[in-house]
Amino acid sequence: MRGDETADRTRRFQDQVLIHLDAAYGLARYMTRDAVAAEDIVQDAFLRAHRAFDGFRGGDARAWLLTIVRNNVRSWAAARRDRAEQALESLPGQGADVPDADAPTPEDWLAAQEDAADLRALIEGLPPAFRETLLLREMEEMSYRDIAAVTGAPVGTVMSRLARARDLLAAAWRRREFGEKR
Amino acid sequence: MTACPDKADLLHGLLDNELDAAHARELEAHIAACPACAEVWAEMRALRAALADPGLRPKAPAALRARILADIGAVDPPRTVPPMAGRGSSRLRRWGGAGVGLAVAASLLLMVAPFGEDGKLEGELVAGHVRSLQAQHLLDVPTSDHHTVKPWFAGKLDYSPPALELAAAGFPLQGGRLDYMAGRPVAALVYRHGAHVLNLYVWPGDGPRQPDFQDRDGYILMHWRTGGMTYWAVSDVGEEEMHAFATALTQAVSAQNPSKP
Repeated sequence: MRGDETADRTRRFQDQVLIHLDAAYGLARYMTRDAVAAEDIVQDAFLRAHRAFDGFRGGDARAWLLTIVRNNVRSWAAARRDRAEQALESLPGQGADVPDADAPTPEDWLAAQEDAADLRALIEGLPPAFRETLLLREMEEMSYRDIAAVTGAPVGTVMSRLARARDLLAAAWRRREFGEKR
Repeated sequence: MTACPDKADLLHGLLDNELDAAHARELEAHIAACPACAEVWAEMRALRAALADPGLRPKAPAALRARILADIGAVDPPRTVPPMAGRGSSRLRRWGGAGVGLAVAASLLLMVAPFGEDGKLEGELVAGHVRSLQAQHLLDVPTSDHHTVKPWFAGKLDYSPPALELAAAGFPLQGGRLDYMAGRPVAALVYRHGAHVLNLYVWPGDGPRQPDFQDRDGYILMHWRTGGMTYWAVSDVGEEEMHAFATALTQAVSAQNPSKP
């Protein structure tokens, strides 16, 4: 009855994991800013998830999948480090509790976002650690604790990154709405 | 305007429903009484509303979903996958030499129609080939020298795959890598044919003596056995060239092990 078991496993995988395809793609797309790389990363993440699915004992399948996607994004960023993409490699590792000291001040960041045409471009321009935290919260509506689990950062760090991300976006938004004054 | 310093973090907590009811009520009362916090709060909510725009949530392309479904063996890609640019799914099937012919057509129907364990393996094989093209993971041991490739597999596999140079037949050996197919680690040997890549998976097993061909997701799968090994080749080169590859490989294997036909 191996065939039945395989079919059943595949069906469970689709019901529990594949339904989060858009979430996985959205995260990869925003983090890589590259549609082709995002597709490769997501496809590989599902392959990994599928292989590891037997070891997945219930729980939050989306958080589990997004953790894999995030790790793939980090590997991808590391592999192209030599191409000096904008500080993607500064995405902190699992368990890292970095103080985000390298993050730009709102003024510096705003100056660098002159060309951002819309909110999407502004999100893509956020420093990676802030960007992923904001995405998991605003796009996926994850709790602080789940975001902490996916990103490997303490809850306090999640909170401060979220606040910084929103401050940066709000500042850019203000400038857009009210011109340069302020 | 900036919020009261002791309230800044709490405002985010309130926005994200992370405050308990008592703190939430307390903070709402403060917002009602504090113009600075009220302005920041309004701005945070406006940003939240702007971020709710569905246009900010990219949808995964249908082709990606189809590829993942194929990877996990959920569907039969030749029938359900929409044609993908550059992958040539809709490419007309080309038949090989006279030796292949209608018998292969019949066996192809048999192999494609019921989609069971066989289909799953074939999905894995094609996925492995596609992955090898995408992820710069083509070669673990890049070399055209089979004396380097063969020892590289020793210790990584419980069998010794043939790593044969077939440049004379138009298929120079590029190297090898370890892959995972049919629930076991297997050797993948990488050949080039012009601009095309051919992945050859080898492990001990059975198969037809004459190569079987299948079209899958725009790639051609060729399956046969020789010298106690089962071989699966995946490529987008034509069937005639693949058949020539199989012939050359089979001859080279027999030349190495004359005792085992």
